Amino acid sequence: MANKVYKDAKAALDGLLRDDLMLMCGGFGLVGVPDKLIAAVRDSGVKGLTCVSNNAGIDGAGLGLLLETGQVKKMISSYVGENKTFAKLYLEGKLEIEFNPQGTLAERVRAGGAGIPAFYTKTGVGTQVAEGKETKTFDGEEYVMERGLFGDIALVKAWKGDKSGNLVFRKAARNFNPMMATAAKMCVAEVEELVEVGQLDPDHIHTPAVYVKRIFCGAPYDKKIEQRTIRKA
Amino acid sequence: MAWTRDQMAARAAKELKDGFYVNLGIGIPTLVSNYVPEDVDITLQSENGMLGVGPFPLDNQVDPDIINAGKQTVTEVKGTSYFSSADSFAMIRGGHIDLSILGAMEVAENGDLANWMIPGKMVKGMGGAMDLVAGVKKVIVTMEHVSKDGQSKLLKECTLPLTGRRVVDMVITEFGVFSIDKHGPGGVTLVQLADGVTVDEIKAKTKAALTIGPTVKA
Repeated sequence: MANKVYKDAKAALDGLLRDDLMLMCGGFGLVGVPDKLIAAVRDSGVKGLTCVSNNAGIDGAGLGLLLETGQVKKMISSYVGENKTFAKLYLEGKLEIEFNPQGTLAERVRAGGAGIPAFYTKTGVGTQVAEGKETKTFDGEEYVMERGLFGDIALVKAWKGDKSGNLVFRKAARNFNPMMATAAKMCVAEVEELVEVGQLDPDHIHTPAVYVKRIFCGAPYDKKIEQRTIRKA
Repeated sequence: MAWTRDQMAARAAKELKDGFYVNLGIGIPTLVSNYVPEDVDITLQSENGMLGVGPFPLDNQVDPDIINAGKQTVTEVKGTSYFSSADSFAMIRGGHIDLSILGAMEVAENGDLANWMIPGKMVKGMGGAMDLVAGVKKVIVTMEHVSKDGQSKLLKECTLPLTGRRVVDMVITEFGVFSIDKHGPGGVTLVQLADGVTVDEIKAKTKAALTIGPTVKA
């Protein structure tokens, strides 16, 4: 079997990065974000990137790292409210944004990865989101056509992975990662724990190995919390 | 006297039915979970990929990988499941969620909803709101009746960019409860007055055409 295992993020991205790539990034808020890969993209200095990601990180974390260095040309996202650098760059005209409803974004990525060029949805009908897009009536109800998304490199973060590329996600850190893994020519995964082939229960694998081309263990992880909300005992 | 935010949330909680799968937005909608009636068992869905959302964790229970769609740390309940964002929105867009409660900037008398952007101001994005209002079986809006500058938020037509067209079934404000005929020409009906509020007061602060329901004492 071809080797998919790399020693770190820099090695896993070797030979893949260039300007103007479209990156498909897993994560929701700061959860399940491929932090080590994003840091390696930053260190590589490539620019003009289009990033498909539900959020844009916060200042100093997640895709916030690539916004601060001006490496991102365009974001395709559903919500970017947490990032102050984003607001500044956008208002200065240095960053493009295409807002997608969150479910439309998830489905565009899923469709792109499944070889489906377009689909119809009720979401956004009668709003700005549908402007300039084809609509069609099915069973008396209007739907808008949305296109699948397929990028150059998918950057995903999983909990456990095996050396063949099977992935298991942990709790709400799954989010956009499984779809992103399918929707690019090349998928690189960082995992908290890398195990031997055969050590993951086949019934528990979320992303099958076929999608993942390169994998590395990014441990240790210092997991960040955006809104620590607690109750009193 | 009008309802407080908590009273609005408590009133919204009366719309919960046993067995409902419910998605709650940020703000007043989040408070609704504090007022679920004892004989009603509901399951909360969070669009980032969690069904069965529990209360905020104790300080020693915080798990960075367990968050709700507002990015707040939460806990699991018995029977919690996790899934991808695509599965989560399949649930929402496929009509499998019973009720969505969310906030609004404007609601029109035909059920149009605006709650995601103000042109000329920094736009943060719509998140999952457009999917929720398009796909969930029943949509309840909790909002202040008038804006900070005193303008009615219950209008003939929305002035802000829409989140959804003909999507709102019910509006709960500090002044009362309003049902909306989103599929027909029936408009807005006042179905309940908040404590100490009069019909005339509501009429004066509402730009949408208003019918006074038979259960409301003028």
